[in-house]
Amino acid sequence: MTATIAARMTRAGLVAAARVLLSLRAIDLPPKGSGPRVLVANHVSHADFVALWSVLPKQLRLQTRPVAGADYWERSDLRRWTANHVFRAVLIDRDPASRRSDPVEAVAEVLRSGEDVIFFPEGTRNLTDARLLPLKSGIYHLARTVPEVEIVPAWILNLDRILPKGAFLPVPLNCAVRFGTPMQVGPGESREDFLNRLSSAMLALAEAKG
Amino acid sequence: MDRFHSPSAYVFYGLFAFLILATLVAQFLIRSGRVTEPTAGNLTQRIRAWWVMIGVLALIFTLGAGAITLFFALCSMAALREFATITHTRRDDHDGLAIAFYLILPLQYLLVYFEVPVFAALLIPVYSFLLLPVITVFKGEVQGFLTRVSETQWGLMVCVYCVSHIPAILTLDIPFYRYSAFTLVAWLILVVQASDVLQYIWGKSIGRHLLAPRVSPSKTVEGLVGGMLSATVLGMALTPITPFRWWEAGLIALTVTGFGTLGGLIMSAIKRDRGVKDWGTLVQGHGGILDRLDSLVFSAPVFLHILAWGWM
Repeated sequence: MTATIAARMTRAGLVAAARVLLSLRAIDLPPKGSGPRVLVANHVSHADFVALWSVLPKQLRLQTRPVAGADYWERSDLRRWTANHVFRAVLIDRDPASRRSDPVEAVAEVLRSGEDVIFFPEGTRNLTDARLLPLKSGIYHLARTVPEVEIVPAWILNLDRILPKGAFLPVPLNCAVRFGTPMQVGPGESREDFLNRLSSAMLALAEAKG
Repeated sequence: MDRFHSPSAYVFYGLFAFLILATLVAQFLIRSGRVTEPTAGNLTQRIRAWWVMIGVLALIFTLGAGAITLFFALCSMAALREFATITHTRRDDHDGLAIAFYLILPLQYLLVYFEVPVFAALLIPVYSFLLLPVITVFKGEVQGFLTRVSETQWGLMVCVYCVSHIPAILTLDIPFYRYSAFTLVAWLILVVQASDVLQYIWGKSIGRHLLAPRVSPSKTVEGLVGGMLSATVLGMALTPITPFRWWEAGLIALTVTGFGTLGGLIMSAIKRDRGVKDWGTLVQGHGGILDRLDSLVFSAPVFLHILAWGWM
């Protein structure tokens, strides 16, 4: 997909700013296999997309699309432009009552076309004191719908200290994204088992040192 | 004096000549198989980083006092960022840290640049010490309070207050000294950093007895003594560009390299306690900027005071 110059410049600017301000780096990014993959990470601030995105090698970054809530990103023209053209986000309708299309199917479509996605399995930004909110079942259904997909757990370190809720000035701390071993949903694995396995994998990354 | 013919310019010409030599020797050692991986890769990275660091320093020295002050302000920013990252500070410390980064740090360097030494000396040790915890107090989180406010204060002292003494040397106007204070900054940086490099070299070649095994697994007594003494000899060899007599230059070089070494040990202890090997990843092969600055941090204030009391 060709991007306009404005979208490209915004993208490059955001990535450069994130790298310089946060000294961002990837820890243990697993090499891409043959199949599509879903990068799943904790979600505490709006900077999360950019953080995860900037640590990916450029070639990979252009083939990795964030999954985001349509209710938030379609609220203004600027947001819609940013979501559609800068991030090439896959916008999904989070409200089961009002939605007309299946969000899992929308994401599955992108994965089948060979692109990766960034997915925040908590479903919303975590503004609580808990490290991780209970995971929503969306990631499980996605893994079932596209069985060949690799789920790569990731943890964005320090972002909750850089821009905690209610603060408007980010404090520049060193930030890194730590990746874990890719996993797949086992045959016959129940929803609870899979979500527990995924959240412990993510929390283990949060605790890891070095 | 023409800035390309000043003593500090000649220090940089010497350094570039030395870097060319170091690059050639390192390449020879690696090609002939005398140095093997992983030391070889680390050595190449370190030398490349030295090219960048000395190149940047040469550039800002050419540009003048404003550029040097701005450069060390940016170094402080990066250093404080590394320091704050590994502290226990949490969400409730966010406002305090934001004030440290966006208010106290720039203010300190403005005070240095516009030569208000009294306030530059008091801002962080007194006023930020007294007032910064107040911001945190009103957040109401008491758990680990002393630890958290002390860490923020330590970060400011080490990364901002001490580092700002390097450009502060430029504001000294030393009577009967034929060169500018730029030369003294170059002399300090050269002697202290040379001591670090020479300690590394002496330690790698003849180091046997560990200095403080629990704090730093690589510092040896032989490296320390050899490095400090050879850096002192270098400082004495440069006596003609300083306002010192040869034996004064030796004593001062010994003092600043001593403080530098102790600074390195103290910063190592903090790293070990927090479970990290390096402060960051900013400088290839060296770790973070604090890994490179630690010895200057502890020697710059002492050097400034020696100059201010003995030569003013």
